[in-house]
Amino acid sequence: MQLTLEFGGGLELLCDSEKIHKVNVDLPNGVEELTMKDLLSWVRTNVIKERPEMFIKGDTVRPGVLVLVNDCDWELSGQLETTIEDKDVIVFISTLHGG
Amino acid sequence: MEANGGDSSAIVRELKELKLQKAELEHRISALEAKLQDTAALERSVAVSNGCSVVPKASGTIENGLEHGLSPDEIYRYSRQLLLPSFGVEAQSNLLKSSVLVIGAGGLGSPALLYLAACGLGRLGIIDHDVVELNNMHRQIIHTEAFIGHPKVKSAAAACRSINSTIKIDEYVEALRTSNALEILSQYDIIVDATDNPPSRYMISDCCVLLGKPLVSGAALGMEGQLTVYNHKGGPCYRCLFPTPPPTTACQRCSDSGVLGVVPGVIGCLQALETIKLASLVGEPLSERMLLFDALSARIRIVKIRGRSSQCTVCGDNSSFNKQQFRDFDYEDFTQFPLFAGPLNLLPQESRINSKEFKEILERKQQHVLLDVRPAHHYKIVSLPDSLNIPLANLEARLDELTSALKEKQEGHASTGSCTNPCIYVVCRRGNDSQRAVEYLRDWGFDSAKDIIGGLEAWAADVNPNFPTY
Repeated sequence: MQLTLEFGGGLELLCDSEKIHKVNVDLPNGVEELTMKDLLSWVRTNVIKERPEMFIKGDTVRPGVLVLVNDCDWELSGQLETTIEDKDVIVFISTLHGG
Repeated sequence: MEANGGDSSAIVRELKELKLQKAELEHRISALEAKLQDTAALERSVAVSNGCSVVPKASGTIENGLEHGLSPDEIYRYSRQLLLPSFGVEAQSNLLKSSVLVIGAGGLGSPALLYLAACGLGRLGIIDHDVVELNNMHRQIIHTEAFIGHPKVKSAAAACRSINSTIKIDEYVEALRTSNALEILSQYDIIVDATDNPPSRYMISDCCVLLGKPLVSGAALGMEGQLTVYNHKGGPCYRCLFPTPPPTTACQRCSDSGVLGVVPGVIGCLQALETIKLASLVGEPLSERMLLFDALSARIRIVKIRGRSSQCTVCGDNSSFNKQQFRDFDYEDFTQFPLFAGPLNLLPQESRINSKEFKEILERKQQHVLLDVRPAHHYKIVSLPDSLNIPLANLEARLDELTSALKEKQEGHASTGSCTNPCIYVVCRRGNDSQRAVEYLRDWGFDSAKDIIGGLEAWAADVNPNFPTY
């Protein structure tokens, strides 16, 4: 399925300073739905180029990273269990503190 | 040259003093002018109400059916807002009765304060412990050159008064801490977080929860900004969104990572806007939503964020967080982030030299390699002559460059007949990364590596005052 991944707040530095990634993700064998949990490990393997600990901690994103599925906080759609559909836009953004 | 240098510094000092006196005079003039207008208005209103045989109030407000309580001068000053059907006199009247505290008079606070002072709040509090520096001016547009070296709060308050001498301004030249936060924040209706670090952000949010105050929170770094309203009518607090603090490596300061001036400017303006909406009770506040601003790609995205978390340790259903716990809470320890960045002390004394000692090494033409571990774009701004730039992040991968530089110096040296091995001196901007680099180099067997204490800033302060700092 085709997805748009966006990285911001400094997370783009982990993937060659590219903010927007149009990607094609295939469903794992025998799986009918892609969840955010699957997508996170796919992103870690295929998109993140350096310092993966700045993106992932345990099986989820590190503290201070907001995940938005189609402009909506993933907390509202089931976090890791959120199912992803074709053409979805997933944003990973690190919270900023400067001012 | 020496004598000229002395003369020019005296002139600069005198100029600074004169500019400050000028700013103070201008402030006094504007205050007197405002007072004159008030008196004139009072006389006018006495005349008007005498004509209508209504007894005037001492405050100058006409009591002929104007329930909103705006004075003639206020009606004139804020007329363009009163003319807005979606704002009008009621919203302005609400605004004039409200009080707002802006925490931080920096990149976000500057535009926020200017607009809040201009729009006609009742009372505006400003808190900041810092002084104005030349490298603030590109984004902290409330300050003027005359105030360099003076407290930001004094500078910001003077600017706000010169825009609007009719509002009350409270000045707090101090840092916000758990010991004073409850007392200060409790005196205001709305809190604006215009700070620049994680411990302050957690502290301010927790304090707002305890006091039941809405919090207009903005942040900016590099080319991006973020904005939301916390703790508003059942909405989330900062901890609902970020229950666990991020790792310190993910927390950058503008003074380290840089920021384009207008980026916090945009976010600060939007903070003023959200504050005005809350104070005047108009519109739809940015609660349970977050605005993400990307200046480089010209994109603004407003996303829906979670509501209040029932599990939140501060505002959740079972939270027992109280004022005493707040006073005792160590936010620096919680976030592992210092409120005030102090120098790092990683290395033993024998692994370090100060900038004056390094100057002597240069004068004695002692063989050495000077390794500058700052990022390449820092190195391009300014560097010491005859230095090798390998950024700390790439040091491991580029150790061979250091080895060959050492070899080169050694060979050059052998021809002159001396037998001491060249030392490695490591420098960075302020003397923190250079210590990390030395620690690392010594682990890899570069036993001669020493760091230059205080980095290029110390070099500029103690050896060469003409060396640019940034």
